[in-house]
Amino acid sequence: MFENLPLLMNGFAIAVSPYNIMLMIVGVFLGILVGVLPGLGAPNGVTLLMPLTFGMNPVSAIILLTSMYWGALYGGSTTSILFNIPGEPSSVATTFDGYPMAKAGRATEALTTAFMSSGFGALFGVVMVTILSSWATGFALKFSPVEYFSVFMLAFGSFVAFGGGSPIKTVVSLGLGLAWAGIGMDTVSGSMRLTYGFTELSRGINLLVVVIGLYGIAELCQTMQESVGSMEPVASKLSPREVFRAALAMPRYWIALLRSACIGLWMGITPGGPTAATFMSYGVGRRFSKAGARFGTGHPEGLVSSEVADQAAGSAAMLPMLALGLPSSATAAVLLGGLMIWGVTPGPTLFAERPDFVWGLIASMYVSNLVCVIMALTTVPLFAAVLRVPFSITGPLIVIVCLVGAWTVGSNMTDIWMVLAFGAIGYFMSRLHYPVAPLVLAMVLGDRTEDAFRQSMILAKGSIWVFWSNPLAGTIITVALLCFALPGFTALWRLASRRR
Amino acid sequence: MRKIIAVLIFAAMLLPIAAIAADWQPARPVEFVVASGAGGGTDIFARTVQSIVLKHKLMAQPIVVLNKGGGSGAEGFVYVKSATADPHKLVFGTNNEWMLPLVAKVGWKYDELTPVAAMAFDEFLLWTRPNAPWKSASEYVADAKKRPGDMRMGGSQSKDTDEVLTRMIEKASGIKVMYVPFKSGGEAAVQLAGGHIDSNTNNPAENIGQWKGGQGTPLCVFSKTRLPAGPKVTATMGWSDIPTCKEQGIPIEEYKMPRDVFLPGGVAEGVLAFYAQMFKKVSETPEWAEYIAKTSQSSQYMAPADLKAFIKADEERGRKLFEEQGWLVK
Repeated sequence: MFENLPLLMNGFAIAVSPYNIMLMIVGVFLGILVGVLPGLGAPNGVTLLMPLTFGMNPVSAIILLTSMYWGALYGGSTTSILFNIPGEPSSVATTFDGYPMAKAGRATEALTTAFMSSGFGALFGVVMVTILSSWATGFALKFSPVEYFSVFMLAFGSFVAFGGGSPIKTVVSLGLGLAWAGIGMDTVSGSMRLTYGFTELSRGINLLVVVIGLYGIAELCQTMQESVGSMEPVASKLSPREVFRAALAMPRYWIALLRSACIGLWMGITPGGPTAATFMSYGVGRRFSKAGARFGTGHPEGLVSSEVADQAAGSAAMLPMLALGLPSSATAAVLLGGLMIWGVTPGPTLFAERPDFVWGLIASMYVSNLVCVIMALTTVPLFAAVLRVPFSITGPLIVIVCLVGAWTVGSNMTDIWMVLAFGAIGYFMSRLHYPVAPLVLAMVLGDRTEDAFRQSMILAKGSIWVFWSNPLAGTIITVALLCFALPGFTALWRLASRRR
Repeated sequence: MRKIIAVLIFAAMLLPIAAIAADWQPARPVEFVVASGAGGGTDIFARTVQSIVLKHKLMAQPIVVLNKGGGSGAEGFVYVKSATADPHKLVFGTNNEWMLPLVAKVGWKYDELTPVAAMAFDEFLLWTRPNAPWKSASEYVADAKKRPGDMRMGGSQSKDTDEVLTRMIEKASGIKVMYVPFKSGGEAAVQLAGGHIDSNTNNPAENIGQWKGGQGTPLCVFSKTRLPAGPKVTATMGWSDIPTCKEQGIPIEEYKMPRDVFLPGGVAEGVLAFYAQMFKKVSETPEWAEYIAKTSQSSQYMAPADLKAFIKADEERGRKLFEEQGWLVK
């Protein structure tokens, strides 16, 4: 377990040079900046910065780019909390409790809680990466499409089944998401689906376009309707003391912190990805926490659940990326391309061949996340102050930011029309009390779940029992199915006890 | 005499115009559109060219790389096709520029874009999982013959290069395998490493990490001759130690995938000449040689006219094969 310690120390010696620290600060700063602008986000930011790194040595290059990635994850939470606009799909779950908190004048507390949680999640992830590096890659190799399908079902099950609201409306929302996720090129058959002859649809619907529309634009419509006549800015306490108070309250949520960190780690290694991790963690939290019933109304623990899982999964996902060449997020895919250009081949031998690179990167993750927390916390009062600006000024600005964000996704006019369409859909969904989150989850995982299922069926020649053909897949899928059955059982139980 | 002088003067007046046309230079930043997602083989190809152009200052204008990989690259091709005559947009792709329109309903025809250059050809190999019972391609084929439809072959996408090659192997050696499509060659490599599939047909760069780590072994290469000798990849083997598939009794002469670049339709001659010249210069740099060696591709520059002829012939070949498979889109 501790045989990696000398390697890590060696990594620190490489990573902690004044030049690399400077790169981290620059990276984190740029990251927070692009994270705050929805649509620009981490993948685009990292892609834009990539050409600058061609001349650098690989360790410094990856330190700069990963620092930007971490920074963007923090920045993405900021807009989720302040304006209900997730900068990244993985911060959708942050809006559930973060935005109600900000609306109630607790923006400073919400931002501080989010950043501290992120810091904890990242630290937990990196420590686990350090300890588990050799074991985790072997574990990830055990995953065939059969196991992937089971893990995705578990993510669906734990979020949807533990959620509140009308089950039928949840199913409708899920179904819409699955249908939209199916648009475009189908991996398994190799033909176009649901494009109805529109060339524009052949590339599928981008998730960020959906998220910006459903959350950002829809929320603006909502705000306008609610606050006609009273466009009062939300007052929130801005003093640094408020930041301290919120930070000191963190240990109170130790169960949530640990639970979410473990879920994030699991989803990062398997690799289901950070977005699935946040939904799963939030769902599990809502079911098993004492405060679960108050999730979604602006409870800090809901915020903790999603933020910790997001960062823990993001850090842990570095392992399958380096050791298997498997990217678990859009940004990881960009970084993977960078590795090839710098002459670093990801694969099982990378840890033995380039210990300087691997451990330099891991050591830098400790330091750059510290830089992130410090930089993010110092900007809290600044960001929270934005809410003091009257809505008549911020409202139009948010529209512009949303549309620019949609444009940067693919430099395509169609995306802008789609954002507006999804804005309308989101508005009517919330007026009619249809939950939006299952739709987003279905769009994140729908495509991959379907692929995994059909690949499993090809491999097993159509036998459904393949999901119980080994203990790993069998256990996961059984737990997933139990999650789905749980609401039914609870209802039956209640009915039975009432009869008695 | 006067007539001749008049003609000469007229010719002299024309000359500078011709010279200007040949000396066309981009006036705005140039977009390198990548018809694949970030991190794929095409993406690395485009970014390598970008880095070389920047380093050797082959173009005065800056370069913007855009990934438009939606719909297996359809997004990128459609984007450049609809920018008719725009000399500042180039799309980087493979043979999907002319193969995709055959099998899927997409928004362009293969001859609506202007071929600029092919710069390299990527090799294909038959790889097998660790601890496989067969030690050579001929043993692999012999075993596959005994159990039709059981051998698990992974690849990237459906009706794309990997599946085309798989169907060619089936036809050439009289076997039937189970083809499982994944999102990318990288995913297929990891599935092979975990032993969940028996074989795949990845490019060298897609599987080299696994080969080094003993998580996948190359059986043969689909090339006329063995690959050039380089440094050893594993303790005992290098690229040149891999037999050709023909040697091993799979009668496929050669199967390669070009790395190519296209302009929109209707661009001026001078524009085409400028970029063709620029890519030729790129292909002669030491950095390009290094990229070729690192990814074990073969470097082969093709000028616009040659590439056009190559595409025409290859498209006809593909059309015939797809017709047999019943893949042609109506």
